[in-house]
Amino acid sequence: MSEQGQRIEVVTDQDVVRVRQLVRTLAVAVKLSLVDQTKIVTAASELARNTLVYGGGGWVEATSVDNGRRKGIRIVFADQGPGIADLDLAFTDGYTTGGGLGLGLSGARRLVDEFDIVTAVGEGTTITVTKWCR
Amino acid sequence: MERVPVLKIGDILLVSIQIDMEDQVALQLQEDLADRIVATGCHGVVIDISALDIVDSFVGRTLATIAAISKVLDADTVVVGMRPAVAITLVELGLSLPGIRTALNVELGMELLARERADYDDEEEDADGEDGAETPAVFTS
Ligand SMILES: Nc1ncnc2c1ncn2[C@@H]1O[C@H](COP(=O)(O)OP(=O)(O)O)[C@@H](O)[C@H]1O
Ligand SMILES: [Mg+2]
Repeated sequence: MSEQGQRIEVVTDQDVVRVRQLVRTLAVAVKLSLVDQTKIVTAASELARNTLVYGGGGWVEATSVDNGRRKGIRIVFADQGPGIADLDLAFTDGYTTGGGLGLGLSGARRLVDEFDIVTAVGEGTTITVTKWCR
Repeated sequence: MERVPVLKIGDILLVSIQIDMEDQVALQLQEDLADRIVATGCHGVVIDISALDIVDSFVGRTLATIAAISKVLDADTVVVGMRPAVAITLVELGLSLPGIRTALNVELGMELLARERADYDDEEEDADGEDGAETPAVFTS
């Protein structure tokens, strides 16, 4: 079961701040622990920035979820940018094509419980992450 | 765009980040600090991040860059007040912030800078003394 998600169009730096704020609000509402709130907001910040910088913009949708046993938060990051040709490379710590630290994708994956990526060159990238309450 | 204020307290510049910075604001802070270090001749920078509930790789990189720029401009940087949950998350993200000195709060950060500056000044004096002593042995003519 999941509630209606809240969507934010990601077009500017300011929208990345809005994504952090939305995810923080939801994480508090589903009662994630303080450390898990911090982890999911950090992961969302990394992935939303990638949507903006590499995806050329897109949208983020965050939803509180409940699998009957646990509550959690699920976030989708979608863009119609260039896609990622070599996923293994993109997930290598330190790999960046944009002068970053190359820790966004790999680090975000470590910070969440479930991480799913669908990408196609020339079509875009959609990443879905979930963090469950312990 | 908001701006993060830079305060001068004695020989130290204090930056207390109180807002969730968009990336441009972080970059602007980097520039503002470099300008203020040069304008004031301060030898220390304390960056208080106790109000930040996350530090992602962009802010982490900005802090590291500020520390590097300060160093080149003869100022030391200490990042203070990192929350425990932020520290845990940073390490899992893969960011260990090498090259950044930290202290638990502003007061301890200021103390650390004052101590290092005193050590540094001592060394400078020692070095001067030695130079002086060696001068007669230097070949002239
Ligand atoms: N949404 C995206 N669309 C296209 N390429 C992406 C996307 N997200 C990440 N990438 C690619 O993966 C690389 C690694 O991303 P990341 O780990 O976040 O590091 P950084 O942002 O520091 O470059 C990026 O440099 C970019 O080449
Ligand atoms: Mg990134």
